[in-house]
Amino acid sequence: MTKTAARPPAEAIAVHPAQAPPPAGGRGRRRLADQVRAYGFLLGGLICFALFSWYPAIRAVVIAFQKYTPGSSPEWVGTANFTRVLHDPEFTAAWRNTLTFTLLALLIGFAIPFLLALVLNELRHAKAFFRVVVYLPVMIPPVVSALLWKWFYDPGAGLANEALRWLHLPTSNWSNGADTALISLVIVATWANMGGTVLIYLAALQSIPGELYEAAELDGASLLQRIRHVTIPQTRFVILMLMLLQIIATMQVFTEPFVITGGGPENATVTVLYLIYKYAFLYNDFGGACALSVMLLVLLGAFSALYLRLTRSGEDDA
Amino acid sequence: MSTRTLVSPATLARPRGRAVYWTVFTTVVVLFAIAFLFPVYWMVTGAMKSPDEVARTPPTIAPKEWHLSGYSDAWDLMQLPQHLWNTVVQAAGAWLFQLVFCTAAAYALSRLKPAFGKVILGGILATLMVPAQALVVPKYLTVADLPLIHTSLLNDPLAIWLPAVANAFNLYLLKRFFDQIPRDVLEAAEIDGAGKLRTLWSIVLPMSRPVLGVVSIFALVAVWQDFLWPLMVFSDTGKQPISVALVQLSQNIQLTVLIAAMVIASIPMVALFLVFQRHIIAGISAGSTKG
Repeated sequence: MTKTAARPPAEAIAVHPAQAPPPAGGRGRRRLADQVRAYGFLLGGLICFALFSWYPAIRAVVIAFQKYTPGSSPEWVGTANFTRVLHDPEFTAAWRNTLTFTLLALLIGFAIPFLLALVLNELRHAKAFFRVVVYLPVMIPPVVSALLWKWFYDPGAGLANEALRWLHLPTSNWSNGADTALISLVIVATWANMGGTVLIYLAALQSIPGELYEAAELDGASLLQRIRHVTIPQTRFVILMLMLLQIIATMQVFTEPFVITGGGPENATVTVLYLIYKYAFLYNDFGGACALSVMLLVLLGAFSALYLRLTRSGEDDA
Repeated sequence: MSTRTLVSPATLARPRGRAVYWTVFTTVVVLFAIAFLFPVYWMVTGAMKSPDEVARTPPTIAPKEWHLSGYSDAWDLMQLPQHLWNTVVQAAGAWLFQLVFCTAAAYALSRLKPAFGKVILGGILATLMVPAQALVVPKYLTVADLPLIHTSLLNDPLAIWLPAVANAFNLYLLKRFFDQIPRDVLEAAEIDGAGKLRTLWSIVLPMSRPVLGVVSIFALVAVWQDFLWPLMVFSDTGKQPISVALVQLSQNIQLTVLIAAMVIASIPMVALFLVFQRHIIAGISAGSTKG
């Protein structure tokens, strides 16, 4: 990215004077004009941030303590929204599903992309083909991926069961079974998103100095030992970053359960964000929705803070 | 570019190494074809099967008779031109708004030394800690009734365009890039009599083409792929983007027609990717090679 910054026009440097000309007019007036201009440039962005980031963040907390329906005046209710939401049987299901989903996505979503990147890094042919193909699902709109897999999971004519039959394995209910629905959604999410992860791991693997492997091999380290003692320590930082990012992303899962299962069967795939959506748009209970949002916000905010801290310290080290 | 990896070139050169290499290579190619290309093939050809054939068990690998009517029906019955156009308008507007306002704000924060600039930047970066979806409900309420002016942006593309500007990641990316531009270059422009806007337009922006490209792709893809936010803001079916329309219409439409619509909805982003794949892949790979 620094490529273009490295070519300032030669004449620009030639005319660079020893001193800048003294500012015309009064210094105070000049500085005020500078400020007005600076804020002129900032204004559009600032208004958008104020309206759509800062204000909603404050408002979420405020409404969490109010009885609120659009159109009528809000009423303070203390912690009633929180207690009501906490006693909703769907609340436990939603959090349990979301945490299970995140954990499964982390296991599958870490292991498969990492192994894939490890293997791809060793292959010396058709590199461009692999990169394009693995990233293809990422460019398919998430709604389309979800509808596509819903069709694959169809118990009758679905491809998923057809594949099992072909392999002489017992068929499954996939997204229609209470015990298999969640893992079915994890498979969709992993398929749809792993392209980016693979590419980032691949880049990290390529930055490992070859001498380390050479030295390890001379010391008699086997393939697995080289992975354990060279590859993983060298990519630890990237692994940690991607895991945090994945936790933050998967805990906000909505499209797959909404499109594929509608939260069912038997609430097996209701997620926290899905429940927030239901409170707002089905029950018209914006206080409850905001109480749930605040809970999600606090939990994910902690992960985001950790992520930002680590990236910043990572940049300082580099 | 023959840097040493996990397996040494010497091992690979041996006959056994070569055999293992080509076995692994073939396995990965087949695996990739099954996992990533086959679903796409299945979708594209599924739309060309007859309604009976698509529901048949066991399924047919290739359509017995090729029908294009799935695609034409999807185009007409599901009002795809309308929804595609809505998506294009929403994505293009979000891109333009982001480019104009984020660039201007990033330039101000990087180069114009506004009072409280550090505080503002801090406030912008703080939003990176707030997960986007957790704020979707209060954001909806804000859009439904804008403070002070009490207007509703529901069912208006502005509901997509304006919130898109509040993208701390893109703004920070731009600011960081502007920070790197050598001071000499900007001072020289100023001495030559260029105003701040002129400097931004004729010096800074042409130098920033790589970041602008990255920001543009991020902005377009984000709007095209989004689902929850447009689902909330567009209750008017005629204004919905294709992602929302697909889900709304998926209930009462023939499977082949739905699949055809899914293919059509995927084409723009897949085409964008195939055209710019080098840049997109380089951007992702460069994204986090730290550590």
